Amino acid sequence: MIRKVVANADVALDGLTDGMTLMVGGFGLCGIPENLIAALRKRGTRNLTCISNNAGVDGFGLGLLLETRQIRKMISSYVGENDEFERQMLSGELEVELIPQGTLAERCRAAGAGIPAFFTPAGFGTEVAEGKEVRMFGGKPYLLEHAFDADFALVKAWKGDEAGNLIFKGTARNFNPMMAMAGRVTVAEVEELVPAGTLDPNAIHVPGIFVHRIFQGAHYEKRIEQRTVRPKNPAI
Amino acid sequence: MALDKNGIARRIAQELRDGWYVNLGIGIPTLVANFIPEGIDVEFQSENGILGMGPFPFEGDEDADLINAGKQTITALAGASLFDSATSFGMIRARKVQLTVLGAMEVSDRGDIANWKIPGRMVKGMGGAMDLVASAENIIVAMQHSNREGESKLLTECTLPLTGVGCVKKVVTDLAVLDIDPERGFILRERAPGVGVDEIVAKTAGRLVVEGAIPEMRL
Repeated sequence: MIRKVVANADVALDGLTDGMTLMVGGFGLCGIPENLIAALRKRGTRNLTCISNNAGVDGFGLGLLLETRQIRKMISSYVGENDEFERQMLSGELEVELIPQGTLAERCRAAGAGIPAFFTPAGFGTEVAEGKEVRMFGGKPYLLEHAFDADFALVKAWKGDEAGNLIFKGTARNFNPMMAMAGRVTVAEVEELVPAGTLDPNAIHVPGIFVHRIFQGAHYEKRIEQRTVRPKNPAI
Repeated sequence: MALDKNGIARRIAQELRDGWYVNLGIGIPTLVANFIPEGIDVEFQSENGILGMGPFPFEGDEDADLINAGKQTITALAGASLFDSATSFGMIRARKVQLTVLGAMEVSDRGDIANWKIPGRMVKGMGGAMDLVASAENIIVAMQHSNREGESKLLTECTLPLTGVGCVKKVVTDLAVLDIDPERGFILRERAPGVGVDEIVAKTAGRLVVEGAIPEMRL
């Protein structure tokens, strides 16, 4: 067994330097690497390019790194929940590249699967297609899209073991598996780190080969962006 | 009388067929889930990674790890499955999802749709909308017939940046049900209860085909 365990989030970010490109897992605030984001803020690394579906909210998620101006560029599909983001984008401090969500996911997957580029119909005929090769397959137009190249991938899983195997819970899986596959250095934080042999090999979502460093996170806040409920005892 | 949001959702729910997988966008489309006709089984897909999405949880049962693409807390029904974003858009691109319902700012009479960006305003992003409209076989747009300024949202040519081209098959508005035939334009199929054809004609800027007597929607 090859051990991937590191002591904590600070150690896990060893080698992450100014100007690097990072993938950061999560959809909204669901399944984000809370401990790694906090450690990155403490580390003060700057000029970062972040590939992440969203950009957090004010004061949480990637919003924490926007506050400290550590992010130079965001590559995302939807970024509408963050006032500081909007301010920096409109003032030109922050560069933003918007990508269709499925294309974002597939560019991560391709990077982790050794596929340099692929064709997708998403965005044909829109401004997303500008400057991209169009090719017809079966009479339908497709755009050529390229795999991402990320120095680090920061992901969050529910359970993991010493060998770096990961299991996710609920919709917190989202972009985390493909990003884990894609990072040159992949760091996983997990809610529960267990000895090798504890997890059922049949249940592993991401094999440990893709994970370089793993540690157990602490103090998960797991904020909910839109709390929607039904009343338990509807009025009669 | 023009339909309210629930009326639009109720009419769209009549388009559901037994055994369909369905993706509902944010806003009016989400309401469609409240009006599934008797005897029909459908499964809702949310592109952040769930099939078999259920209603909102009971108070106190919210799970931060279980949300829909609108970032709302949800539940999973019996038979639900969870997956990553690449698999989710795989099933969308491969047309495993039979129906997509989404909102729009503008629709053209050739089926183009604009629903993600207004020049001069903060751009939030397209999310999964471009992937959905580029691939889905059956796309229904749920929207108001006119915008807040009273201008028609059914146009000859979209004026806003496009989300997809030639993809919308049907539009259900507060006034009417219209199919889109790229050759002929909007084909008026039904009108909202009490709404006259002349009002729909007046409020549709794109090419509109009115053939024979147009029945009222049955809700």
